[in-house]
Amino acid sequence: MNPRLAAAFDLLPEYLGWHVLLSLSALVLGLVISLPLAVTAARSPRLRWPVLALASLIQTIPSLALLALFYPLLLALSALSLATLGMGFSALGFLPSLLALTLYSILPILRNGVTGITGVDPAISEAADGVGMTSRQKLFQVELPLAAPVIMAGVRTAAVWTIGAATLSTPVGQTSLGNYIFAGLQTENWVFVLFGCAASALLAMAADQLLGLVETGARTRRKGLVIVGLAGIVIGAGAALAPLATFGQHAAYTVGAKNFSEQYILAELMASRLERAGAVVSRKEDLGSAVAYRALAAGEIDVYVDYSGTLWTNVLGRTDNPGRKAVLDQLTTELKRRDGVLVLGSLGFENAYAFVMRPDRAQALGVASLADLSREAPRLKLGSDLEFLSRPEWKAVDTAYAFTFRSERAYQPTFMYRALAAGDADVISAFSSDGRIAADKLVVLTDPKGAIPPYDAVILISPKAAADPRLIAALRPLVGAIPVEAMRAANYSVDRDKGKSTPAEAARALEQAIAAN
Amino acid sequence: MAALIELTGVSKRYGAHAALEGVGLAVEAGQFVALVGGSGSGKTTLLKTINGLIRPDAGRVTVAGEDVSATAPHLLRRRIGYVFQEVGLFPHLSVAENIGVTPRLLGWDKARIAGRVAELLQLVALPPEVADRAPAALSGGQRQRVGVARALAAEPKLMLMDEPFGALDPVTRDALGADYRALHERLGLTTIMVTHDMAEAVLLADRIVVLKSGRILADGAPGDLLARSKDPDVLALLEAPKRQAERLRERLGA
Repeated sequence: MNPRLAAAFDLLPEYLGWHVLLSLSALVLGLVISLPLAVTAARSPRLRWPVLALASLIQTIPSLALLALFYPLLLALSALSLATLGMGFSALGFLPSLLALTLYSILPILRNGVTGITGVDPAISEAADGVGMTSRQKLFQVELPLAAPVIMAGVRTAAVWTIGAATLSTPVGQTSLGNYIFAGLQTENWVFVLFGCAASALLAMAADQLLGLVETGARTRRKGLVIVGLAGIVIGAGAALAPLATFGQHAAYTVGAKNFSEQYILAELMASRLERAGAVVSRKEDLGSAVAYRALAAGEIDVYVDYSGTLWTNVLGRTDNPGRKAVLDQLTTELKRRDGVLVLGSLGFENAYAFVMRPDRAQALGVASLADLSREAPRLKLGSDLEFLSRPEWKAVDTAYAFTFRSERAYQPTFMYRALAAGDADVISAFSSDGRIAADKLVVLTDPKGAIPPYDAVILISPKAAADPRLIAALRPLVGAIPVEAMRAANYSVDRDKGKSTPAEAARALEQAIAAN
Repeated sequence: MAALIELTGVSKRYGAHAALEGVGLAVEAGQFVALVGGSGSGKTTLLKTINGLIRPDAGRVTVAGEDVSATAPHLLRRRIGYVFQEVGLFPHLSVAENIGVTPRLLGWDKARIAGRVAELLQLVALPPEVADRAPAALSGGQRQRVGVARALAAEPKLMLMDEPFGALDPVTRDALGADYRALHERLGLTTIMVTHDMAEAVLLADRIVVLKSGRILADGAPGDLLARSKDPDVLALLEAPKRQAERLRERLGA
């Protein structure tokens, strides 16, 4: 078998298990909320409109945004509960995903529930009153059984939506089949992307078919079909969830990573060292840039790698640039004082924002520095990653050089390099440790005004793990141990088109390179 | 002897339209009363105030001495049989389950319900094998018979019927009417039946109550009404079946 496909299958039990657990919980919770709501709305024409309108409104929020919005909300709630009840909870991962998906599952069940109940023949409703049923008996013995096929059709729609949208819970730190898709997009591992899509689609289809059996059984009043459908769901869910029981052992440490190759490799590198020290380690990958630091400060992840310039501007809100050493020193004292976060040390390389151009374009335009670039900017198209243009670093650079580009467009990092190669972008905001710069012989423009802050890669440790001797002992040897060339080579081995390594393989190679030094 | 059903000063309005205006009516146990009148005369509204399906705006309705407005409606309705034109059989239940619904609500045990269902099927002249069928598999006449059986299941003394045979073909309608009248006698029921068909009223009822615009226009035995009433509307209503019968005799040459 293709090694990438084999790697995908290895991860399947864990990803599928979480995906099923998440979708199933959201669907059950959605049912529990929307059925009583549907009954109430069906009974009261005055409530019906506002309830349905609210559910439709929730549905119009893009799913990724809905998932992302729950993180800060839960973080605030957790802080509040910690302050008042002395008990916090994790704002990352399962909980925000569950809440967002539950909200998503409400509309189809609610709408079909109302339609089903209000659609009961008035003569049958009158007969139920006439034979002496109470309003509760009428609901359970007549209205709900008659509305069941319509309600089941709503449950089917909700199940398909929920399973599809659950792939988007990866960026808020919940493992799901979306991990294949997000990681695959970042590392250009199309086998992973397709595998994730196919697995999620197959799961949705299987759930839809089984619920379809229940729906047909309810419509044609064949109990056998209902039982077969429900049994299929229970057995399928049980089989998918079984592997989770073995993952259930409590992880001692959680290693975080943002959403690009270097982060995956470094997370694997740290995780494997911790595992060799005998610890059970879980990983939370594909975290958004701002989410990662807050998750660390809140103790939801124990360790991850960030970059001094990012912390300097985004966390401390500084716009000055006192120099590489000063930035690192001040960060170390400030983060400790503010959040109790330990800056263990720099890994030994920088991953700065770097404006790069194709050599032929740079030469033809005579651009070698950002000052030259400013002169030519009105004729040039800037490509950036998704967050750069909204980051303070860009504002600092833009203020220093007064750029007026012909156009500015944001890409996934992978597609940003493609855009540069294809001429869709003339200059891109690359990363200095990216292996593709050397491989494609790209020109890095100099920064004569020193507007771009330094970006030393630093290991950050959460307040609760800051005094953990096993963790510190396992990771301390990495400080100062990774030269930029080694990191570039590792990144390139994952990012290149042919003969790609997985992040775990790249991490092993990097470990050997470090040991050889 | 006190009346089984007593209405005093009963009024009901729907917006500007008065469905009932100060209606008073007393029905003694054992009577078969037909409520007749044109559409919108208030006859169905009157019927439904008796089992609480409609609450009057003013006035008082008592059944066996109990004030309807002071009784839990579901408990009242379990003691009163109710049959209406659309029948309203529960499509998700079998014929037997439909017939046994009120006894089940009353908590009868299974054996007693099964026995009662078999007895009722025989009573409404349906073959025992329909018991396990779905209502959709029956003819219109059979469905209406099941409706009557369901209404009789909990052994009520009072039956309310709203155009029960209105949707049936004339032959079935005639047969069912006659069968029901026989049941009324045999079981010692009190029956109030709404109908717009004067012939049916004359053939089945002991007493005819004529309504118009929410008021009672005439009330009496069919023969007395024809002999004594002066009201042109009442006369027109009562003469219609008579004229119809005479014309039929002429044309068929009997």
